[in-house]
This record gives sequence, structure tokens and C-alpha cells, in this order.
Amino acid sequence: MTTMDARSMGTSVRRIEGPDKVTGTATYAGDSVADGTLVLHPVQAGVARGEITAIDTAAAQALPGVVAVLTHRDAPTLGDTGDPEHRVLQGTTIHHRGQYVAAVLAEHAEVAAEAARLVVVTVDENPSTTGFDPDAQAYTPSALANGQPPDSGVGDPDAALAAAPVVVRASYATPMEHHNPMEPHTTTATWVDGRIEVFEATQGVESSRQTLATLFDAEVVVHASHVGGGFGSKGLHAGTVLAVLAARTVPGRPVRFALGRRQMFETVGYRPATVQHMALGASRDGRLEVVTHDVVGATARYKEFVEPAGGSTRSMYAAPHRRTSHRAVPLDLDGPTYMRGPGEAPGSFGLECAMDELAVALDLDPIDLRVRNEPEVHPENGLPFSSRGLVECLHAGAERFGWSSWDRTPRRRLVDGWWHGVGVGCGTFPTLRFPGSAAEITFTGGRYVVAIGAADIGQGARTVLTQIAADALGVDVGSITVEIGSTQVPVGSIAGGSAGTASWGSTVVEAADRFRDKYGENPDDGDHADAATPDNPWAGEYAMAAYCAQFAEVAVHADTGEIRVPRLLGMFGVGRILNPTLGRSQLQGGMVWGLSMALHEESVVDPRFGEVINHDFAGYHVASNADVRVVEAEWIDEDDPYINPMGAKGIGEIGIVGVSAAIANAAYHATGVRVRSLPITCDDFLTSGLL
Amino acid sequence: MSTTIPLTITVDGEPRDLDVDPRTTLLDALRDRLGVTSTKKGCDHGQCGACTVLLDGRRVLACLTLAVAKDGADVVTANGLATDGELHPVTEAFLANDAYQCGYCTPGQICSAVGAIDEARQGMPSAVTSDLTGEVTLDRTEIAERMSGNLCRCAAYVNIVSAVEEASRA
Repeated sequence: MTTMDARSMGTSVRRIEGPDKVTGTATYAGDSVADGTLVLHPVQAGVARGEITAIDTAAAQALPGVVAVLTHRDAPTLGDTGDPEHRVLQGTTIHHRGQYVAAVLAEHAEVAAEAARLVVVTVDENPSTTGFDPDAQAYTPSALANGQPPDSGVGDPDAALAAAPVVVRASYATPMEHHNPMEPHTTTATWVDGRIEVFEATQGVESSRQTLATLFDAEVVVHASHVGGGFGSKGLHAGTVLAVLAARTVPGRPVRFALGRRQMFETVGYRPATVQHMALGASRDGRLEVVTHDVVGATARYKEFVEPAGGSTRSMYAAPHRRTSHRAVPLDLDGPTYMRGPGEAPGSFGLECAMDELAVALDLDPIDLRVRNEPEVHPENGLPFSSRGLVECLHAGAERFGWSSWDRTPRRRLVDGWWHGVGVGCGTFPTLRFPGSAAEITFTGGRYVVAIGAADIGQGARTVLTQIAADALGVDVGSITVEIGSTQVPVGSIAGGSAGTASWGSTVVEAADRFRDKYGENPDDGDHADAATPDNPWAGEYAMAAYCAQFAEVAVHADTGEIRVPRLLGMFGVGRILNPTLGRSQLQGGMVWGLSMALHEESVVDPRFGEVINHDFAGYHVASNADVRVVEAEWIDEDDPYINPMGAKGIGEIGIVGVSAAIANAAYHATGVRVRSLPITCDDFLTSGLL
Repeated sequence: MSTTIPLTITVDGEPRDLDVDPRTTLLDALRDRLGVTSTKKGCDHGQCGACTVLLDGRRVLACLTLAVAKDGADVVTANGLATDGELHPVTEAFLANDAYQCGYCTPGQICSAVGAIDEARQGMPSAVTSDLTGEVTLDRTEIAERMSGNLCRCAAYVNIVSAVEEASRA
């Protein structure tokens, strides 16, 4: 078993669509400029729970330039996808504030917005609960958002905690966060002769097509040549359904619905808040006897999504006694969803901060503590690891970071009025391959055209698939044309789960192998071969995952408590990096997400109204350029022949994992103040009594 | 029907006539009326920078600019920066440094960088400039500060700073 030979893979081919992106000529879902395009503006619920008793659209309809006003009264009955979010204008019940209750179609945006304000919606309001209280009545979900069981356990963790010589117990909190890709969710939809054509900001054209086909019982074509970021939020949400409903009323005319930034805080999902109760018990020499990770998380009452925050604790460290559990508190909010590192990002904050606290309790270097608890096999299911680079990442990262030059005692380094400290946090993310893609390779005009319905959301799919295809066919990248981003090419699975490249790439390699078997190295014009995603014969034989060690230097101002991160270093064990430049960009981006999560991001719900009150970039700060200083992403050499032919582990999400813990641990090292709730802000230090 | 007002603006070197609702932003005028989609809408609130264009040579947010107030103005988008078929040095530096991922904020970043480099050459200080009257040196801290009105959620910031640094020395 070996990985395939690399010629282009491993080299920094520039992004193929680069020239289009830097000039702005790359077309996103809102960039088609067909004449007569109508603009949709939604009317949204102003309460969190209630029943609509009347909708008066007369004033809106009377406004010149208004083409149509849609309400539940005239919406057709939609097919059932099983997802309550897709039941748009299907009744009078309001499940969350911001839910679409009507929509205006108009010639121009200004008129549509004005008309939407003229629609009068009368509602009988019902009592609602929208503030997350981790002590509220919670239930045990049937499964976590990743399909895993809510609870897991080995041995007798409670007895082991009672007996352990050294015990750390602490609770950690992570807030509600919103993805905020720069491109707002946008749909441009046209109905012609019972066929729906949609230009869509989506992470998966085929999954969008299936959903719309089920809802509308029609032929559906979806295009997404370029997508302005997704981060988990660009599944198919209610806005797309609303746009297609509107398009249905004006056959032949394109309808565009581009969400406003504020609508993205109420209709396209978010990372739900968690509180994580951690307990670690260890021997005095730093061997874990027991790890427990009990999570209480928010979900939506009308649509369950339970963040699998305890998931990675199931595989990170060896301990004979262990437990993870997840309980959910239902809220009258829109549905949470996958957000970069779902589970792993918030969960690593709990586990990796607790590990740091244990290292302090044991007076042990936190790197040594982790090395001492490296498991030989997966600690819950007993499978061997296909490869596991955690210890090597810790050592290589510590060396590069200059870890050993820092005294481990907290509050030792005060420079120009700033307390400096360093911290480490680790992480893992599963290496997956999604079934269900198909790739077609056609030799035409002297070029190999490789078609698969993949999505390039910024990760570089177009470029990396070109490199994979070139190596699989044994030709130069200049001979390859990759066609993606449409349901008019063979189906592709979603860009998600850090599995896009693995899933599409494995399929392309399979198609290339067949092509070469059939036609050799000198094909004739028109020769073609296709393939479906092959199963991984090693699935179930090995535990497969990426690993990382994140290092942070933090500075906390001695008077104001302002916290900055002058330096981040991530060391990654992710198999073969297919394109070092693009890979580094993606990993650095993930690390900045971790910084942003650590210091900035928190969606604040007003429990009286169920609304995110900081619902724009003025109130919800994402890391800006000046927040980011030195960010280095490096990787170890890792050859993993079991995961896929390319030997590549997904890197879309591992970059964020462990960063917020590294920063919190560094803040403790800098100041002696242990912050257990994100984001970390000035007041955490000012109220500590230590500054 | 609300009144519309005729005006002419030059976009990427071409004079364009249009009639606009007085509420129409320059951003919507460019995108929806003129089909100029190089300029992106990220927030429509002046908070993200995706719609940055060069207006009479200075960087402005098209979403906070009313089109009706800019009759006769000269607008340059990222698609209009090239001269004689040669990419602008800032554009080329973004390509060379992989200073973008999804590409949505990129046209605004590039227009903003062109404006920022010009402002520094004119000696305009920023919040991190120590000597307010001397020449401005565009080091990484200065660049990061001056580019902070342009959010990038893919977080290509490290590479954006490298690109602007490289272009500013060209």
C-alpha cells in the first residue's frame, strides 16, 4: 500500500482562477447581469414565537415598481425534505425571530426594501426562550450533528476521579458565533418551462439541486462557479427556497435574493453556545487515569443541531477511564449548523485548557504532559492510527517556536507595560471521504477535461484537482482543464467536513486510472472514462485523522487588560500537502479563525426579543488585518498510505482547532489569570484583581 | 414612481450614462444598473470594505456613497487598474503572494491597497505612525493598520500584507 507518485502534487501551482479573482471578473451567485432581473426583499418575523393572524400587503402592492408580494396564503405546498428550515411560507407559525413571513419582488432594490417595510404582519405572540442557560432543562439528543452517539464511556470514570491523586475540575464556556463569509448568501433563480435554473452561493451544487428538486418537484440546475466563502454556513437555507418561490411567480424572469449582512445573523445558522464540564484525574507522574467531558449546548427547538464538542476528547489522549456526554437546551432561535471545526473548535478549548491546568497542578511542562498521554491505539475503539503526528508536531513546533526559552512560571515577563506569555493547545480533525461523487475525463482538442461537481469556496479545489488529475494521468497541469461548480457536470459531494479534496480527488484518480487503462498515454480525441467515488478499503481498519499543535505568544497590557497575539505557530500532521502555498494559506486562515474565536467573536442574543443584537460587523468583530501579526503554519513529513491515493488529509478545519486554548493558556502564563470563557476580553483581567 | 435623476460617471475609463433613484448607492448603481460586478457587496453598511473603489483617485466605500452625488466622477474598480494589458503591480502582487482565497473581498482589497500606497506616498499618517510630519514607511504594521478597513474572512491577512509590501516597493 503506497500513496501515488507526485510530480505536480506538492508544488505551489498558482490558483487557476486567480486572474479572474484579482480583477473581480470571477462570477459569484449575484454577479449575473441578465436584463430584467427582479430584486427580492424579505419580510421577517419580529417575534421569536407566535402565530400570524393577518398580513396586509395592500400598501406594498400599491407601490410603483412592485411586481409581487408573496405570503403563506398563496405559496404552493412544498415537498418534504425533512428539514423544518425548508418549510418556507408553509403556514402561520413563527419559530424564530427573523423567519421569513413574506417577500416583495420589485424592479429595483430601493423599491423592494421600501415595499417590504409597508407589509403589516399581525402576530399573536407566544412565550419564548432564547437566552442560553446551561442549567436549564436539557435533553439527551439521539445523535450529535456528526451522527455520532451523544455519550461514550470506558471504565468507571467517577470512581477513578475519586481515587486519582491529582484532579482538575473546571467548566469552560464558548459562545454563539456566526460564520460571516464575505459573500452574503445569494440566489439568482429563474423558472422556465417547469425548469429551475439557480446561481447559488453553495458549498454543494448537487445537494442544493436535490433539495430544490424535492421541494418543488421540478428539474433543477444549480451553478456555483465561485463561492465567496462558506465555513459551513452555505448549505441550503430558507432564503434560497424563498427566492425560488418568488421566481415561480414570474416565469422567465430572473429573481435575485442577496441577503443583507444582518439577515445572516438570523437565517443561515451559527455555532451554538456550549458549557463544557471537564474533569481530569492523573497520577503524580502525569499519566491520565480518567478524562470526562460533559457538554451542555444550545440547540433550536424547531431544528435540532447538537455541537459535538466532546467528540475529539474520545481520541486525543490515553486514559483507562473516560466519559463524554452531550445534553441539549432547546431555544426559540433559528437552527445552529456546522461552523468551521464543528465540535473540535469549541471542544478543544475545554480539553486543552484543562490539560494546561493539569500541567500546572502537576508542575509539568504542558508538552511533556501531552507526550506522556499519547495513546498507542484509539482509546475508545481500539483501532490503530493510520498515522498520528501529534507528538512530532509538539516537538517540531516547540523547537521552531522557541518554547524552551520561556520560564514556565506565570507572570515573569513584563515588557514595555505588557505581560508576555506562551501557551500550547492541540487538536485533531477526522480524515473523511464522502461517497457519491462521479468524475468524467474526456480527451478533447489535445486536453484532458476533468469534470466533477465540486465547489471551490476559496480552498483551491479547482487548482488542486488539476494537480491531482495531472499526476494521476501522468501529464502536465497545462494539459488539464477542470470543470466544477455546476450540476451540469457529474455529481460532486459537498465542500465540507474537510473532505472535499479527499472525496473528489479519490474519484478523479479512479477515473484517471480507468482512462489510462483503456487508452494508455496516447488517447484519441473524444476518448473518455468515468468513475464513482471508490470505497476506502481501509475504512474501519484504521482510525484516520489530522493532528496539530498550536503555539501562541500573548501580550496582556498591565494597566488596561488589552490582549494581543503577537505570534501564532501551528504545526500540522496532515499527510501530504498537495499545494504548499494554498495549503499554508488555508491553515493560516484557520488559525486566524482561532484567534478571532479566542479574542473577538460572540453573538449576543437579547432574551426579550430573540434577536442577535450585535448583528453586523460593527458589533460582531471578526479578526481584521491589524489584529493579526505573525502567523506561521508548518507541517511535519507524514506519509499515510491508508487514507486516499493522494495521501492527503483534509486541512480546511484543523487550522482553527486548539488555537483558542493555546491563546487562553498563554494568557494564563502571561498574567496568572485563568480565563475559562470565550472570548477573552480586557475585563477578564481587570476583574481578576491581578493586574 | 419616485423621481430618477440622470447622471454620467466614468467607470474604468468609459463614460456611462444612467438614471438613478436618489436613494441608489454608487455600489448598486455600478452592479445593478451598469453591470459592473467587479465591485462586491459584503455588508452594505460601510463595515467590510468589499465595495472599495477608487473615486477620483481616492479609496471610498461605494455602499456609503450616493450615486446621485457623484455626477461627473471618475470611478476605477479592480478591473480597471490594468494599463496597456499589463496588470497593476498591486494586482500582480496579490497573485504572486496568494493574498486571497475565496476572492470575494479581493477587488476591494486591491483598490484599497492602491489607495493606501498612494496615501502613504503623500505622507498621510495612520494611527500607528509615530512621526506625524515625516515620510511614511510602509512596514508591515503600517500596512496592516491601513488595510484594516477591508475584512477578509478567509483571513489571508498575512499574505495581503506581504503583497502590499511588495507592491509598495515596486
